[in-house]
Amino acid sequence: MLTRIIISGFGGQGVLFIGKCLAYSAMLIGKELSWLPSYGPEMRGGTANCSVCISDDAIGSPLVTSPDILIAMNEPSFDKFEKKLCTGGKLFSDNSMIEKKSRRTDIKCFELPASDIAQNNALPRMANIILLGKTIKECSDMLFGINISTVTQVFEKIIPAKKNDLIQKNISALNLGYSM
Amino acid sequence: MNKVLMKGNEALAEAAIRAGCKCFFGYPITPQTEVAAYFAKNMAKRGGVFLQAESEIAAINMVLGASSAGVRAMTSSSSPGISLKSEGISYIAGSDLPCVIVNVQRGGPGLGGIQPSQSDYNQAVKAPGHGDFHLVVYAPASVQESVDMVFTAFDTADRYRIPTMILSDGLIGQMMEPVVFPEKTNDIPEKSWACDGHKNKRKHNIVTSLFLEPDKLEKSVLQRNEKYKLISNNCADCETYLCDDAHIVITAYGATARIARSAVNEARKQGIKAGLFRPKTLWPFPENELRNSCKNAGHILCAEMSAGQMVNDIKLYTNCSVPVSFYGRTGGVIPEPEELLREIIKLSEGRQ
Amino acid sequence: MSVIFQKPKSLADVQTHYCPGCTHGIIHRLVAEVIDEMNIEGTTVGISPVGCSVMAYEYFNCDMIEAPHGRAPAVATGVKRADPELFVFTYQGDGDLAAIGTNETIHAAARGENITVIFVNNTIYGMTGGQMAPTTIPGQITQTTPYGRDPKTNGFPLKVCEIISQIDGTAFAQRVAVDSVPHIKEAKKAIRKAFENQKEKRGFSIVEVLSSCPTNWGMTPSEALKRIREEMIPYYPLGIFKDTDVWNK
Repeated sequence: MLTRIIISGFGGQGVLFIGKCLAYSAMLIGKELSWLPSYGPEMRGGTANCSVCISDDAIGSPLVTSPDILIAMNEPSFDKFEKKLCTGGKLFSDNSMIEKKSRRTDIKCFELPASDIAQNNALPRMANIILLGKTIKECSDMLFGINISTVTQVFEKIIPAKKNDLIQKNISALNLGYSM
Repeated sequence: MNKVLMKGNEALAEAAIRAGCKCFFGYPITPQTEVAAYFAKNMAKRGGVFLQAESEIAAINMVLGASSAGVRAMTSSSSPGISLKSEGISYIAGSDLPCVIVNVQRGGPGLGGIQPSQSDYNQAVKAPGHGDFHLVVYAPASVQESVDMVFTAFDTADRYRIPTMILSDGLIGQMMEPVVFPEKTNDIPEKSWACDGHKNKRKHNIVTSLFLEPDKLEKSVLQRNEKYKLISNNCADCETYLCDDAHIVITAYGATARIARSAVNEARKQGIKAGLFRPKTLWPFPENELRNSCKNAGHILCAEMSAGQMVNDIKLYTNCSVPVSFYGRTGGVIPEPEELLREIIKLSEGRQ
Repeated sequence: MSVIFQKPKSLADVQTHYCPGCTHGIIHRLVAEVIDEMNIEGTTVGISPVGCSVMAYEYFNCDMIEAPHGRAPAVATGVKRADPELFVFTYQGDGDLAAIGTNETIHAAARGENITVIFVNNTIYGMTGGQMAPTTIPGQITQTTPYGRDPKTNGFPLKVCEIISQIDGTAFAQRVAVDSVPHIKEAKKAIRKAFENQKEKRGFSIVEVLSSCPTNWGMTPSEALKRIREEMIPYYPLGIFKDTDVWNK
């Protein structure tokens, strides 16, 4: 099985970070994986995205053009990638940021006002983690069983221990998203 | 085995430090800047030297100096920067100095673009600078291979006193994959030829590429050519995948080979006997292995992120005994497996 | 019998390729005398440039590296950074240092590289047969300024010591000449100082030496020395332009 994921949003929303969390999770559960960021001038205030592939077998192209899972955190990302989702794919969108709704009937849409939720729960700038929690909940099979505990381990590994409060906030946001 | 998740560019820099690289000189350019940034962050605290040079030209000449002084030295850049380095690369080759040069390729010509490309094959393999010389060119197709090849590149450079190149690209450089660093550190050979001060114990050493008398220059070039023969025998390397019974062999290196592998798998599912030949060294080219891999092939498809460069060598090394087609995307466009699959299907239908 | 004159130990006992009357020989000797007096031949690495002194690696007995045109300060940087205990000097002409290698020169100075640069200014490209150099004086006739250098079309000469002395990383910049015995003695002192600065890790040191090129100037050796005095020194005044310790001002 191969699962292809695109995570996209404004630079600063943390799309590369949650991509890295998924990639790292895949490593922890012993799967093949790749993570590829968009790079260049578009990163400066424009739209940033990354491709993540998780697979049982060696990964060919790390560039995802037709994702199975799309996490969209702003409208330009929605416009660019919604139409490219595979049939049967899953779309996670932050509808605090995106007014449009998908008209496709061959995909499953999960809309979450992630930015507002983050704001209201004193988890500033953690809309990305909330969406990640929701994604893990709804895509357990596609994500090879990556779960809350896998991602929690990842936080503990990639966030320096001296920033323990940040680790705790990430865990809270992850659980909050998962509970939605 | 301790797996870590790292970007190709950063893993490459970490591997260089572990391989005993003492001096790194570089200049910022997308998409290789993480290499320099990693050295900047880590080199001083691990006893090495990182210096941001005023230009690519200065950087490669600092490498010339540090290598002359007998230490392992390296520089990295991306396509336009490598063009600037070509003068220094030629002098380094002509002075029989070891070093490692990294090219994280982007689209050209000119300023081109910043997305991944393989349009510097000819530059790396045929003409990295003026004069009669070669670089040993390694083409990693994964983050792990970027690491492994850095170790090999330093060892080969020292063993034969030649510059070597890691020909990466924006895709391999920017992507993250799990990687394991080898435990062993390399043994760095004695460098009795180095300009590190004779300490009044030996005659002075001279590092130069100048031979004004034609017969002396010829002798030096021919001696180097003898080395190249040894290198051709010892260093050519490749990976073959499902080639034994393949009717259609795709040849591809680096990032394109990953995409080709997916296409081969898909073709096999559809009952087409496809295989992949992936050179891991572009010079010396694993030509015997190429011929072996194509012995049952009715067609070769060369895939590149260029307008067609390695394809000419494929024709040359197979003596045009098998028809060779080409499929390339360039300018920073990364081909999709489906595009290659379509080509494979076309060829297989033409065969029947 | 006591020896009253001999070749410096660090100068090789070989015939040089320099033209008769050229003052490169004097400058080589001064550098070699300083290396001998400081007893540093075994820990010195010299960098020869592209230009007349390209073969200097045959003439000095310390380890020597031949650099690409203009790149000697970058090569020197590489050597010095690889082993900061070495004494590293470059020996460069005006085309090498102030035209094709201006960038390398300026930035080595800006970094305060702890190296010694011997800059031989004879206002002409010697090895290629007498073309305009970045230091060719207005009005001077060369192969590529056959009607004399006209700043309106060819621009003005670069005054290297004046430029380099403006850079924070420069510890020492002095212009000397080798047209007369007193000037030669002064030149030796400057070169010694530039090497001593490395020992004391004071920063970048440059000694600009006004030198002659009788062949390409179309003069006898003595006419050439006279030209240094009468044409070059008025345009390129001698003196110390900077003398400081970059790191402990």
